Amino acid sequence: MAAETIDISTAMLTEPTALGDWLLVAPVGLPILFGAVLVMVRHETRLHAGLAIVGLLLTLAANAALLLQVLADGPQVMTMGRWLPPFGISFTADALGASLAFVATLVASVCALYAMKDIGATGRRYGFYPFLMLLMAGVGGSFLTGDIFNLYVWFEVFLISSFGLLILGSTDRQLDGATKYAILNLVGTTLFLTATAYLYGTFGTLNMADIARKADAMRGTGPMMTLAVLYLLAFGMKAAAFPVNFWLPASYHTPRIVTAALFGGVLTKVGVYALLRVLVMLFPVERGELSGVIAWVAAGTMVLGIMGAIAQSDIRRVLGFVVISGVGVMLAGLALGTETGLTGTILYAFHSVLAMTALYLLAGVIKELGGSYSLHELGGLYRAYPAMGAFALVLMLAVAGLPPASGLWPKILLVRASIEAGWPWLSFAILLTGLLTTIALGRVYILAIWRNRPSDVSADAVAGAPGYGYVSMALLCVPIILLGVYPEPFIRVAEAAASGLLDASGYIGAVFPAEAAQ
Amino acid sequence: MEVALSFVVSVFFAVAIYLMLSKHIIRILLGVSIFGNAVNLSIFTAGRLMREVPPFIPEALPTPEVATANPLPQALVLTAIVISFSLFAFLLVLAFRAYQELGTDDTDGMRVAEPEGEPMPPLGY
Repeated sequence: MAAETIDISTAMLTEPTALGDWLLVAPVGLPILFGAVLVMVRHETRLHAGLAIVGLLLTLAANAALLLQVLADGPQVMTMGRWLPPFGISFTADALGASLAFVATLVASVCALYAMKDIGATGRRYGFYPFLMLLMAGVGGSFLTGDIFNLYVWFEVFLISSFGLLILGSTDRQLDGATKYAILNLVGTTLFLTATAYLYGTFGTLNMADIARKADAMRGTGPMMTLAVLYLLAFGMKAAAFPVNFWLPASYHTPRIVTAALFGGVLTKVGVYALLRVLVMLFPVERGELSGVIAWVAAGTMVLGIMGAIAQSDIRRVLGFVVISGVGVMLAGLALGTETGLTGTILYAFHSVLAMTALYLLAGVIKELGGSYSLHELGGLYRAYPAMGAFALVLMLAVAGLPPASGLWPKILLVRASIEAGWPWLSFAILLTGLLTTIALGRVYILAIWRNRPSDVSADAVAGAPGYGYVSMALLCVPIILLGVYPEPFIRVAEAAASGLLDASGYIGAVFPAEAAQ
Repeated sequence: MEVALSFVVSVFFAVAIYLMLSKHIIRILLGVSIFGNAVNLSIFTAGRLMREVPPFIPEALPTPEVATANPLPQALVLTAIVISFSLFAFLLVLAFRAYQELGTDDTDGMRVAEPEGEPMPPLGY
């Protein structure tokens, strides 16, 4: 037959997928599988929490194994559908994607634990846990995919799950917040798709490794700057960068506190991850030309974000603005583009995922014990619950960037990098943000926890057993303090991730092994 | 062909942005929908546009004989249509529910999550 004369081995995989390669899709496949099972048993709500926690712990184990493998052997690739890259969709895990996926799954597991208390039978009936699993599938897919259109698909997967989580409860505030969140995030992802259309028209490929190796050749002819700016706008919107960040304070304080914790910890970091991946790895020259713009965006995001936090009296809204200011700090490293700067950004992303989730959970515990989120009504918690005071102190030190908690080292790296790059004003902005964060959260600490209960508020609102909340916060405080007192391994991972972004040859070589061998 | 489609895409973008700048949720949603279609058309234009040349390869040859239509943008657009359609359906229901609960579809009037005239945060204790 004529077909046998055509050698397909150059275009298609002819060998079965190695068993170890399945590890790459496990962080996505496991949450989808467990999400499907949870939908099947949707009436047996008492099974939900256990199944979801088991699923997330398995996902966490797969992520940990993948991260260890990536750190030992470099980027890992699995290509779908037998078509070789750039035609098949490649899942590509490098140190950046694998480590962020691991941290995100870690906080999701803690959130699932906290939700055992926070989400009642009705919330479980409405599908909290399936949405949670599918959200994590989308987040994991975003971190691990090596194809830019596939990244869009994963963005939409976690976006639709986040809509579901956001309106769980259907109160007026949630519907209002979710409308703004949904429309603006949909516009953001559509902008991302616009950029992807131009990218495909320019390069004729959607595989990130393929784009990275062709970018130099296209620089003279393609509309590279247009692409870089469109991606900056689209992912900046996703990451809540000033001035396209106002959907976040409008919506993040409305859902159940555990949902807010997960969103505040994980979702903006997916935007930061996409910015790093696209601007640093695919368009390094354009990122260099845009660095001044990105630096101003970063400074605006962090300083104006934290000023917004100072102006709020609802703890959840304070935290929404703190999330924004953290995004600004991460963008500072993107603006610098040096290895130290990117290491700082990635380390700050680890810290921010852990610390923001823990702070939202703390807000949940405060609400449970103090009966309110409002700084006008809270008070007297320190005397009744000294352990919570200790948790709050650690977490607020972490977010403010003070020792012994996790925020210190990434900020030191970023300040050093911006001074080295000759931008002392950017390091000033980072330090000013640290000071303002200390003021904003110190005020929350003093008003909500330290002071006596206001006399016009009845004292018997203080009630409840914070068991789950304490366990969840303690689980998150372990890595937060570890990152503060023994940062070496974390910095090494972040450095590996940053150098992998700056020099994509390892990433490209993993996707195209035959050409790398030549 | 590309020129004509580029013109259509630009009109779609203009209409979409005009509608999205409106204050009413339903007009914003129509804008978002048109925005999605503009992007789909631009993905389509970004591939090769061909009339009546299906991307078939004769059995004996490794590559097609003539320039053919590019099937990949069609696959991409199909995916994007399905996703944007489902999100649009969700948004319509969400907007309807929000209209029912809040009694308005004017974004200036939707101030439940961020109430106007909030009191100052406590300035002392």
